[in-house]
Amino acid sequence: MAGVALAVPGPQRARARYETNPAIRESGAVRILILTISLLFFATFLLLPLIAVFVEALRRGWAVYVAALVEPDALSAIRLTLLTAAVAVPLNLIFGLAAAWAIAKFEFRGKQFLTTLIDLPFSVSPVIAGLIYVLVFGAQGWFGPWLSEHGIKIIFAVPGIILATIFVTFPFVARELIPLMQAQGTEEEEAALTLGASGWQMFWRVTLPNIKWALLYGVILCNARAMGEFGAVSVVSGHIRGLTNTMPLHVEILYNEYQFAAAFAVASLLALLALVTLALKTYIEWQVTRQTSRREGEHP
Amino acid sequence: MAAAITRRVLPGFGLSLGFTLAYLSLIVLVPLAAVFVKTATLSFSEFWAIVSTPRVVATYRLSFGASLLAAAINVVFGVLLAWSLVRYSFPGKKLIDALVDLPFALPTAVAGISLTALYAKNGWLGQYLEPLGIKVAFTPLGVLVALVFIGLPFVVRTVQPVLEDLDVEFEEAAASLGATRWQTVYRVVIPTLLPAILTGFALAFARAVGEYGSVIFIAGNLPMVSEITPLIIITKLEQYDYVGATAVAAVMLVASFILLLLINALQAWTRRSARRIT
Repeated sequence: MAGVALAVPGPQRARARYETNPAIRESGAVRILILTISLLFFATFLLLPLIAVFVEALRRGWAVYVAALVEPDALSAIRLTLLTAAVAVPLNLIFGLAAAWAIAKFEFRGKQFLTTLIDLPFSVSPVIAGLIYVLVFGAQGWFGPWLSEHGIKIIFAVPGIILATIFVTFPFVARELIPLMQAQGTEEEEAALTLGASGWQMFWRVTLPNIKWALLYGVILCNARAMGEFGAVSVVSGHIRGLTNTMPLHVEILYNEYQFAAAFAVASLLALLALVTLALKTYIEWQVTRQTSRREGEHP
Repeated sequence: MAAAITRRVLPGFGLSLGFTLAYLSLIVLVPLAAVFVKTATLSFSEFWAIVSTPRVVATYRLSFGASLLAAAINVVFGVLLAWSLVRYSFPGKKLIDALVDLPFALPTAVAGISLTALYAKNGWLGQYLEPLGIKVAFTPLGVLVALVFIGLPFVVRTVQPVLEDLDVEFEEAAASLGATRWQTVYRVVIPTLLPAILTGFALAFARAVGEYGSVIFIAGNLPMVSEITPLIIITKLEQYDYVGATAVAAVMLVASFILLLLINALQAWTRRSARRIT
């Protein structure tokens, strides 16, 4: 549902030269009009908000900027965000591998339905993603009384934040791997087994090299969402400063206290993370395109 | 038969499927079921009384109305942007292509405070809009702006690949048969792109309905005016009204499930028609 998927290019056809083919070209004025409208829209709705984050962050100078980042509450928010991603991303990575292996390499009934269920978290509002864990683990929830008897705190504590993050980033790795592994089929793995490889050898030497870029792609997107999630985490966090605030929640608190420069300073770190994510994503797409065209060069 | 043979050759089917089902149930299915179990403790009239109060109905109108409008705006400009990225060459094209995904990567809270700063009374854009009588920040218009921001890549990224794979022979044929460029685009290109456009529209709409982080900063959150449905769930939770929050959540979940089915059908249609034209 996130609409992002690693586009593996199809067979390279003679790409039409759009701009020199008079049959499929708009007149100069129309072209300029379309370009102007679409680029103005892009600049207003995407570029400007991105630039504004950095300008607002530095509005009161570097000293205020740095002070906002090294302040203890900010540091603890950064630590919690890193911890959350460090737990949620590997768990969803393992899940993504397992789900893609089962769905792509074997036939069983209800496979299509299972694929739809895996995508389900993308169509659930983040607020509901937080609410469901309150209903299960909260004081009034199913396990609430049992948990409080045993002194275990999940809601308004770190475990709840991690659970909500796992939920909203659940499909990222699986949905990158499933279509790719389906397209790759099972021949290479079968050949490895026939030649005497063990199951793990087959996985490490054949499967993993074949899916490494798509896997990395899924992990990067999963990580960006894990570090940036706001709505779901906000419901289960309790907003305890220095304890259960992630970076996006810290941004909200600072903003609501009218500490705009500090709020945008922390926000600028998250915006940098987004830019690094997009850069890595573009690099991976470039790698995959290169490899695909090289492979086609080998077998014309 | 090939399936049966495969199952015998490759290892790990039971382990991977078992783990998948267990993890899916624990993280997603059982907690989601809690919404419906909790809602089922209400009688129908109690449930109806909660989800049909004027304040809650006003949030549906805003959430669904602004999401529809935002998705429609994204269809128009998203298709133009996809067209520019595929058909024209201009400086900085690769950079712009990469930045289209910014709303996927930028945390929603960051987008929210940044849009608010831009459209506030003294902001970069607000200072020119307010004298014209256009108030964006802290009004329903602000909700629309935030939803346009987060929905744009859904349209561009579903239309762009179909446009790239579109065989120009169809357009050449139309042109050689005497069609004007506009007739060709209107009669040949747009109909072929239609499944992708509708999928992009539905994806943008579905995302917008549930959106929270980018909206709440710019919305002003005035009851009956600029309050979205996800926010009223939060408000009820903060008042310890768990039953009320859950009932509204159940309404939203049902809407999401219907949208998910619709999107699956649209995506299947897009794939079928893509096979036909390439």
